[in-house]
Amino acid sequence: MSSKRDGKGGAGEVLLSVRNLGVVFGGLRAVDDVSFDVRRGEVFTLIGPNGAGKTTVFNLISRIYQPGSGEIRYQAEGGEVLLTAQPPHKVAALGIARTFQNIELFEHASVLRNLLIGHHTHRESHFWGELLFTPATRRAERRAREAVERIIDFLELQKYRDLMVSGLPYGVRKVVELGRALCARPDLLLLDEPSSGLNVEETDDMAFWIHDIVRELGITVLMVEHDMRLVSRVSDRVLALNQGQVLVSGTPTQVQASAAVVEAYLGSAEDVVSLRRPA
Amino acid sequence: MTHEVVLELLNVEAAYGPVRALRGVSLQVRQGRIATVLGSNGAGKTTILRTISGIVDPRKGSVIYKGQDITARDPAWIVRQGLVHVPEGREVFPLLSVRENLLMGAYTRSDRDAVARDMEQVYAYFPILKERAGQDAGLLSGGQQQMLAISRALMARPVLMLLDEPSLGLSPLLTREIFEIIVRINRERGTTILLVEQNANMALNAADDGYVLENGRIVMEDTCAALREKEDIKEFYLGMKDAGVRGERRWKKRKTWR
Repeated sequence: MSSKRDGKGGAGEVLLSVRNLGVVFGGLRAVDDVSFDVRRGEVFTLIGPNGAGKTTVFNLISRIYQPGSGEIRYQAEGGEVLLTAQPPHKVAALGIARTFQNIELFEHASVLRNLLIGHHTHRESHFWGELLFTPATRRAERRAREAVERIIDFLELQKYRDLMVSGLPYGVRKVVELGRALCARPDLLLLDEPSSGLNVEETDDMAFWIHDIVRELGITVLMVEHDMRLVSRVSDRVLALNQGQVLVSGTPTQVQASAAVVEAYLGSAEDVVSLRRPA
Repeated sequence: MTHEVVLELLNVEAAYGPVRALRGVSLQVRQGRIATVLGSNGAGKTTILRTISGIVDPRKGSVIYKGQDITARDPAWIVRQGLVHVPEGREVFPLLSVRENLLMGAYTRSDRDAVARDMEQVYAYFPILKERAGQDAGLLSGGQQQMLAISRALMARPVLMLLDEPSLGLSPLLTREIFEIIVRINRERGTTILLVEQNANMALNAADDGYVLENGRIVMEDTCAALREKEDIKEFYLGMKDAGVRGERRWKKRKTWR
């Protein structure tokens, strides 16, 4: 959790640029002509109904899917790259890490092991060094472990360190996955529904962590989220999608006030009183 | 109005290896009502449901269903008694069609005509499932999968339905819709429901009776109407303030359960 990452380009510069992105699955336009920019140092949030194409956008950025049209450009450390021309295994090395909506951890490994895997892109040892377990390799292992321990402290995962992931509650697994992504020391972090499965108090923790990830670790966050309270609290800008298309974008307040967003997404969600059993 | 007790847990203790998940839980679910269990991650909510449906065998205590001790019975037998579990994360059969998933829900039944009628009723609750009847369940969106998981449970004609986090990953609009259907199922079919849910605001309005679980122990129980008025519930579970439960305060208040 060291210093801010200065000197890597100023805040406000465009880090990720999505232009006219489109993909079709069996006749369904999952993402249809979507464009947006994510600036360095901000929290940019995608909202929208289930099936609107939010996760598909994530999968296009992390190169799981190949877009049918459009392009994604990314300011990597060595200069701008056309992300849509990169192979999927290069994405992490370019400084992009993500979490998954349905949690994709190694179920039968401990929390510590899962986090060490996250650190893998930064391993410093080589084949012969590993085989002979040279002092240099040992030092590298120790540094990796220290880096992981800092993340464990940051996310308060100490008591889960040696437990198997498969036995952990959903909300804790969610945090472990965030930890694994942070261990990759990304410049851009994609969070897919970070608060799902968390209660309001745990969601507060998530809000503080996101603040710290942006302000202290200097990581830019692109997030998909349904909890509007968390969205308004941490996001700088919000983009609402519906049926693969951009509905509206702006500040959290502007987007929430949009009639189209209320109709497609928020609905009468605030009305819980009518659910009660009549006396 | 008195309600017969359908399900009762008596001092249930459960553990996963050395990890004690439930430390003596007693609760009651009454006929025709909706009961909810609130609690943070790791409190033991899912374990309660698993213990009831026979997936986890408790170390101590007993589970009484309709006056019969069903503790640690075979899960398949428990389903046949009308006690059906909708698991966290939906767990639909991804490579089976929507229709086949629904038929799997009716696996324990032999009354074919009634099964066909129930299928129509389920389609009436969730018309989108009828539209997608022939599609693989794995291709449904998260919200549609949740609808399917609830519908699959209904196909078993449950007396008591256990629902584990039905709102997980759903948009605000869809969460509201799912809860509306849950309430309708309860009112129209008389199905008793035990609900575990992180969206306490929804749960405390849809349910009649509530329990608060912490570290494997019930720390509070009351009607939901009464729970909604308690300061601790407002603060820790409903998050009444716009800035979040704690505002800019990072330390957590100790819960005293006044």
